[in-house]
Amino acid sequence: MRYLGPAFRMMLLMTFLTGFVYPGVVTALCQIFFPRQANGSLVKWDGHVVGSGLIGQNFTGLQYFHARPSAAGNGYDASNSGASNYGPTNQHLIDRAKASIAQFRKENPDYHGPIPADLVTASASGLDPDISPASALAQASRVATARGVSVGQIRELVDENTKGRILGFLGEPRVNVLLLNLDLDRRFDRHQ
Amino acid sequence: MTAAGILYILVYFVVLFAITKPLGLFMAHVFEGERTFLHPLLRPLERLIYRLAGIHEGAEQRWTQYTASVLAFSLVSFLFVYVIQRLQGFLPLNPMGFSTHHAPANATPMTPDLAFNTAISFMTNTNWQAYGGETTLSYFVQMTALTVQNFVSAAAGIAVAIALIRGFARKQAKSIGNFWVDLTRATLYVLLPLCFVFALFLCARGVPQTLKAYVQAHTLQGPTQTIAVGPVASQEAIKMLGTNGGGFFNTNSAHPFENPTPDTNFFEMLAILAISSGLTYTFGNMVGDTRQGWALFAAMLIMAVAGAFICYRAEAGGNPILAKLGVETTATRNQPGGNMEGKEVRFGIASSALWATATTDASNGSVNSMHDSYTPIGGLVPMFNLQTDEVIFGGVGSGLYGMLLYAIVGVFIAGLMVGRTPEYLGKKIQQKEVKMAMVAVIATAFSILAFTGISSVARFKKNGYWNPPGAATANLANSGPHGFSEILYTYTSQTEDNGSAFAGIDVNTPWYNLTGSLAMLLGRFLFIIPSLAIAGALAEKKKVPVTSGTLPTHGALFVGLLIATVIVVGALTFFPALALGPIVEYYLMHSGKLFASLMRSAAA
Repeated sequence: MRYLGPAFRMMLLMTFLTGFVYPGVVTALCQIFFPRQANGSLVKWDGHVVGSGLIGQNFTGLQYFHARPSAAGNGYDASNSGASNYGPTNQHLIDRAKASIAQFRKENPDYHGPIPADLVTASASGLDPDISPASALAQASRVATARGVSVGQIRELVDENTKGRILGFLGEPRVNVLLLNLDLDRRFDRHQ
Repeated sequence: MTAAGILYILVYFVVLFAITKPLGLFMAHVFEGERTFLHPLLRPLERLIYRLAGIHEGAEQRWTQYTASVLAFSLVSFLFVYVIQRLQGFLPLNPMGFSTHHAPANATPMTPDLAFNTAISFMTNTNWQAYGGETTLSYFVQMTALTVQNFVSAAAGIAVAIALIRGFARKQAKSIGNFWVDLTRATLYVLLPLCFVFALFLCARGVPQTLKAYVQAHTLQGPTQTIAVGPVASQEAIKMLGTNGGGFFNTNSAHPFENPTPDTNFFEMLAILAISSGLTYTFGNMVGDTRQGWALFAAMLIMAVAGAFICYRAEAGGNPILAKLGVETTATRNQPGGNMEGKEVRFGIASSALWATATTDASNGSVNSMHDSYTPIGGLVPMFNLQTDEVIFGGVGSGLYGMLLYAIVGVFIAGLMVGRTPEYLGKKIQQKEVKMAMVAVIATAFSILAFTGISSVARFKKNGYWNPPGAATANLANSGPHGFSEILYTYTSQTEDNGSAFAGIDVNTPWYNLTGSLAMLLGRFLFIIPSLAIAGALAEKKKVPVTSGTLPTHGALFVGLLIATVIVVGALTFFPALALGPIVEYYLMHSGKLFASLMRSAAA
């Protein structure tokens, strides 16, 4: 058929242009000008890579701030992002939330306020690096006790790590859990 | 709802309005073959492409030849993507060893039906993800198969829209342009330069762009974390601008590496509608009356803004069942409240709801939050948007030619009411045009409803070839009305070539992969072929002079008529199905009714 010839040649040319030249040039420029971001915004501590500043990880120790529930692999699997995909009337959603709430109440006996929604819901990526400032402050007393420091010092650190909305309306106030916990380890004794 | 959230949505639409004219004017110049500021740089390359491909730039095509070129190019596209995927184990740039013996334990095998579905999906500009990018595809496939299709399937959509515009603009003409020239110009002058700048911006803000293998991190608490990276920024840019939507990663633009900050989120979301919005101005400019373009823009804008606020309001209201457990579902100064299941903290409720609306207004299909976990009304908005055939701005090109088909139906209905032969832009709308427009509208409705109906009742042998889980409903993650919504959304999204999902459903089985592929083909080509047939028929017609009996198609009356046509055709066709899914779920949720979970699935 006389249309297949041009189609085939055009496809080869477009593959070369948009499949090799375009990503190749972008890769080269990004590696030159933005090497940190281009390689995953990796965070180093004690000389080795402890994670990415953009990717959440799992924390269970009382001396660390905890992140949101994760449905990526077995939890914060950064090679297998995923969401729960539970609908609002799914029994599992409610059961999981009840379990999260019970555990949160047990671990944070000093906190009596309502549970911030983000703390007992799974994120879309399963790798959400952030929690809301309210979720961090709700854990401050526990972390302070575990580290043997005052609640005020911990709250101050949370405030320092809180990012506001860009230009006052873009995005939501948030705290990066990994960076906050790294700051904790830098500032205070790591062990309980 | 918060003041910041409302402001966010309003600023978004103001910025979209502001870029419509400059972008639209630029595209008009490009497709009329006029000189632009990019010509000194790109014109020699354009000529070289024509020479190497053996194309005569000045040769015009009749609508049949134009259609044959689109179809031939689509066929070759499909073959390229299929073959590259199937051969990925033998090809370079595969540091994780997918489709080889060294593949990671969690890798998904590249089966023939998965490769087939993905090839159809990218060729048709759907970008449905039956695959999870970081567990299935090598960098070579991401770059040379998927990124390339993101460009050319978008460019083909733009080309068809331009051809239809020429049909309206030309008088007693036999031809509607040259597909190869339109395709080349759309890629070279419109998509590539925008993507190039956008990719660099994204990388500067944290989107990775590397060919190295995944990173091993030793986390603060001990266990190792494997962090998937790759050439993400270059693909992310065209994925958004070309209304493609197929993510580099499983969770698409919710993944912090695809969309790391609130500002990348804003610009990615702007990119979803930018070109489609610009094309309304291109249309007005090329038919010689920019008011005609603004009328289409106004109809689209009104529906988009309404959808965004309905969705935002529902999501900000949160889940009443969780609220009863002591969860804060009202926004406060330092937490977002609302329905946060399947949403990211950095985006919160407003920009998640706006994205869900924009991505389904367009045929984009990328997500920054999981639609499956939306409240019933929040999830109804994206589904309804899809079912309007994605004409609220719509896919690049496809949104405009879809809306023009509705305009034809609209003036036809108006003509019936007053007993006069309908006209649009000085062209008599006759039997052939109306028939063609109706073919497109009915074919998509048929595909959505028939496949949803069949999958709701189809039974297969357990562990058999067609659908290993057994009955087609055994693939769902949620039961009850939400489970039905998952099936309805699956076929709606694929028929409308969108690609977003109620993603709990496991669609990577031969049954869903193959029926989905068929739905995507129907949705793409039963829109493109009628559009081009109409273009050919219109180009041949004379212009009839405007009289006092002509319905003006640039005023508020026409905008209202157009919106009514879109909503009535959408609502009447799909209302019964929507009543069985999200509408009944809404009432059950507020009475506290829960449904058993069927399976745990994490595909996006």
